[in-house]
Amino acid sequence: MTPLLELRNVSKRFGGLTAVDAVSFSIEAGELVGLIGPNGAGKTTLFNIIAGVYRPSQGQLLHRGDAISMLDPARIAKRGIARTFQNIRLFQSLTVLEHLLVAQTCRGLGLLAELNPLVSGAERTRRKAAMELLELVGLENRHDEIAIHLPYGAQRRLEIARALATSPELLLLDEPAAGLNDTETVGLREMLDALRAQHYTILLVEHDMKLVMRVCSRILVLEFGKLIASGAPAEIQVNPEVINAYLGAEA
Amino acid sequence: MNIYYEGVLASTGINILLALSAYTILATNRLSLGNAGFMAIGAYVSSYLTVNVGWPLFPSIAVAGAAPALIALAIGRPVLRLQGIYFVMVTLAFGEVTRTFFQNFEPTGGAYGMRGMSGVTIEMIYAFVAAFVLLYVAFDRSRAARLTYTLRDDDEAARSIGIDVVAVRLIAFAWGALVAGIAGALFAHYALYIESGNFNFLISASAVLFVILGGVQTFWGAIIGAVVLTLLPEALRFLDAWRLSAYGAILVAMMVLRPEGILTRTLLRRLRRLSPR
Repeated sequence: MTPLLELRNVSKRFGGLTAVDAVSFSIEAGELVGLIGPNGAGKTTLFNIIAGVYRPSQGQLLHRGDAISMLDPARIAKRGIARTFQNIRLFQSLTVLEHLLVAQTCRGLGLLAELNPLVSGAERTRRKAAMELLELVGLENRHDEIAIHLPYGAQRRLEIARALATSPELLLLDEPAAGLNDTETVGLREMLDALRAQHYTILLVEHDMKLVMRVCSRILVLEFGKLIASGAPAEIQVNPEVINAYLGAEA
Repeated sequence: MNIYYEGVLASTGINILLALSAYTILATNRLSLGNAGFMAIGAYVSSYLTVNVGWPLFPSIAVAGAAPALIALAIGRPVLRLQGIYFVMVTLAFGEVTRTFFQNFEPTGGAYGMRGMSGVTIEMIYAFVAAFVLLYVAFDRSRAARLTYTLRDDDEAARSIGIDVVAVRLIAFAWGALVAGIAGALFAHYALYIESGNFNFLISASAVLFVILGGVQTFWGAIIGAVVLTLLPEALRFLDAWRLSAYGAILVAMMVLRPEGILTRTLLRRLRRLSPR
């Protein structure tokens, strides 16, 4: 079966620096894959290559077997690969619900339908779907608030809900636990569990090791731009190369 | 109606259209100081069609909208890649180039200007204003309107949810040019005489000023801004020589006291909640 996403020998060089070095892996539908690595390992670069922000210097990106390395971020999103941002990027003039309504147009009904000023049946269905997504991330009671007035943790959850509103096949999460306190991290973990239960396919780039070990079905480890390990959380925890990458300098 | 009041009313209507034109482009986070150029193209094209070619008024007005829109589409792609002050400078240059072009272009009268246009009444101006306001109301209720808000806030986030920011901006730029072109055609056939100086930089600047003082968050702000700022200098006529100084002082005070403009989305939401359904 063709994997949902496949990377073949993907490299990215910035001048003389090789940020990502011949990385290959694939993600099957329904997996929750974690991508970890020490600071500067190339996680964010790899993330941005998949999201269409960077073009790989070498190698190929395949989505359901189609080459997507040359697509820009908007087209990547339209194909069903949605992302969140490490430094939250919400729309400052939109309410919580409106964030989801605009995101739904991503794989929407076409320009003419989006210009329709009347509330049609299809529009009602989409509003209902948006409210359901807000329930999933626990923001249904704040749907009418201006999004940037939400507390930090809630803004993170809204970013994820906005990405989900594009009806993605693959969800890319860029350090969703960054800046969250312990309670908020628990909330995030529960949300990821819920998403997994709903068979969303997720690639999670994350620093919080406990979170990654707890929620991911498979973990990829990057060091100096190279993929040094891939496996179940239990395998990764005892992998000598991984231990060396994380503790090597100090040990 | 008193001819003085009618003139003020007519320029208020034209200015509402110009403000809507500036608003549309500003709503996608691009500040154009060249909309007088689009207005000039609309004015001269329609005047040439009615006076020299002998076309009827309405088809000429339609072409006056289409011509600047096509030009905007043609120049839009490279120009809209520019941001901030660079976009401002390029549009400003476009406006000035267009003005000097018509100043020297003999077939439309060159420096002598054009006369012989007629047929637009004050009622007709307001019929156009009403039609455009209705279009903006309808658009504002659609999802596509929220889509343009995302461009004002954050391009990268907009792209991440599949919005083709270049295409949306291009459409907004062309639509803004169309509205300015129609304003130009109405102006030419109401004023009966045009010269290139009618479409100078100050026209572009005041169109933007209407929007900023009225409120950039909703098109109602643009309309309010155009009405207030067109009527204000007239209301200040009793001050004689001090009129423009007072006008300037009031503008500065408004900007300091309410930098977000007269109307905001939050204020509109509050007003909507107050109004009985």
